[in-house]
Amino acid sequence: MRDAYGKALVEMGKLYPNLVVLDADLSVSTKTSLFAKQYPERFFDLGVAEQDMISTAAGIASCGKIVFASTFAVFGSGRAWDQVRVSVAYTRLNVKIVVTHGGITTGEDGATHQATEDIAIMRALPNMTVIIPADATETLMTIKALLKVHGPSYVRLCRSATPVIYENEDHDFKIGRGILLRGGKDVTIFACGIMVTEALEAAEQLKIEGIDTRVVDMHTIKPIDKELIINCAKETGAIVTAEEHTIIGGLGSAVAEVLVENALVPMVRVGINDMFGESGKPRELQEKYGLTSKEIISAVKTVIKRKK
Amino acid sequence: MNKISDETIKDLQSKAKEIRRHIVEMTACCGSGHPGGSLSAADIITALYFHVMSHRPNEPEWEDRDRFVLSKGHAAPVLYAALAEAGYFPKAYLKTLRKLGSSLQGHVDMLSLPGVEMSTGSLGQGLSAANGMALALRMDKKRSRVYVVIGDGESQEGQIWEAAMTAGHYKLGNITAVLDHNKYQIDGKVEEIKGIQPISEKWRAFRWNVIDGVNGHDMGAIISAFERARAIKDMPTMIIAETVKGKGVSFMEKNPLDFHGKAPTKEELDAALKELI
Repeated sequence: MRDAYGKALVEMGKLYPNLVVLDADLSVSTKTSLFAKQYPERFFDLGVAEQDMISTAAGIASCGKIVFASTFAVFGSGRAWDQVRVSVAYTRLNVKIVVTHGGITTGEDGATHQATEDIAIMRALPNMTVIIPADATETLMTIKALLKVHGPSYVRLCRSATPVIYENEDHDFKIGRGILLRGGKDVTIFACGIMVTEALEAAEQLKIEGIDTRVVDMHTIKPIDKELIINCAKETGAIVTAEEHTIIGGLGSAVAEVLVENALVPMVRVGINDMFGESGKPRELQEKYGLTSKEIISAVKTVIKRKK
Repeated sequence: MNKISDETIKDLQSKAKEIRRHIVEMTACCGSGHPGGSLSAADIITALYFHVMSHRPNEPEWEDRDRFVLSKGHAAPVLYAALAEAGYFPKAYLKTLRKLGSSLQGHVDMLSLPGVEMSTGSLGQGLSAANGMALALRMDKKRSRVYVVIGDGESQEGQIWEAAMTAGHYKLGNITAVLDHNKYQIDGKVEEIKGIQPISEKWRAFRWNVIDGVNGHDMGAIISAFERARAIKDMPTMIIAETVKGKGVSFMEKNPLDFHGKAPTKEELDAALKELI
């Protein structure tokens, strides 16, 4: 999906002459290098200085530009959190923070480079839109949709290639509206990012065992699709959330917040169990830290037992 | 370079005095705020808003305006006073400083007040934002300049040096920064907490043109420094302005640590206003 991002910037760079892109020495990895090559006069690499990058992005945006600022998720969300808070969220400037290498599947670089708390700290910010696309096409749709709205946003992409979920852009992608990928009446899985594929696989397996599983791609964590959550809770009576993130403060928490106040049904969160990651191959890490269809299946069975 | 007339200097000094009066009045009225660091910057801000910068109070979004970023955002009172004097909003409004619902927030807020280019308050961010504006203006081939005031305590923030590197690297000749070198921070003298000296050498090392030894309370010297800065096209300029925290109010000048973030009492206000005639 990183390639999709890089290409999207180049394509959009043509349509939006006031589009400016910044990076912090990770341009080759984030793929903003593609834009840099095409439009060098609209690209600035701020070097290993993420705080500088974010406040600089704000300054550029204040002059009427649409700014995309990229780096790894840990640095864009964590290192520069105060700058995101004050220079971007508080000012409501038109800065899209699009980061890559989100989650534990960053892999061999290890814990310092694995963003496992970023959804939590970004969604806590007022005025911030938080989106986690599930595949390359959804990444493109996200970028296009964000260009049409003014304001702060955080988009988190993963490092590895992702299986295709969306064949083309015909899906009605709307910020803040979850996408129903599979109907079902026994349980609903809300997933984001790489966990969407895992959820779909889990649903296939569960079907064999007679459990009819609904799967929703909850790409927008903030603003969360409250209506959809409530409807799914009422219609299926049990919820599982799945994210490549700690179970504290991310998608699971966002869904739980809606349920507790509106439609109390049993829920189980699938995610990283409040720990840092480590070096390893992406798939190995998913298995070790409980981020596969296996854990989702187990969670579904657990939550269904608790249904009234 | 044209020599500035004595009359102009006198007018500006008079304006600065008005601004100082507003600073002590509004902070006293509100019961909180940062008078010391606002007073030290008063002459610099006066020079900018009433002589150096091109701006239109009745058209705050005028696209060819010069921009000003108050990176030391806690000195909001001095900026508010200047904006009011310039006509961005009625002077009577100044007494709403920090009150619930007021556009005069404790630290400058670009969304609530016309004339504020960037929200600041968390130190170290304004210079980066100013760089961003300078880059955007250059991209658009605009002739507007960006002015930014930073603090000496603020210079302890790492981000200031990230931004310094950026401006030097991109040769941002359309940026003029001023260091309000009042030598005091909250916990003590800057040089005792975490010394920033040798400060001129530091900015030169970051590829800035440095104009130092400027008396930050000598209007002629300030304006001359800004003019010299304007002439340098291929480097950003840092003006090191030697200032006094609390300048203009004798008991604040004598007790710089007491008036960083504490407003004058009614009695102190009366005493201050007597000196600012």
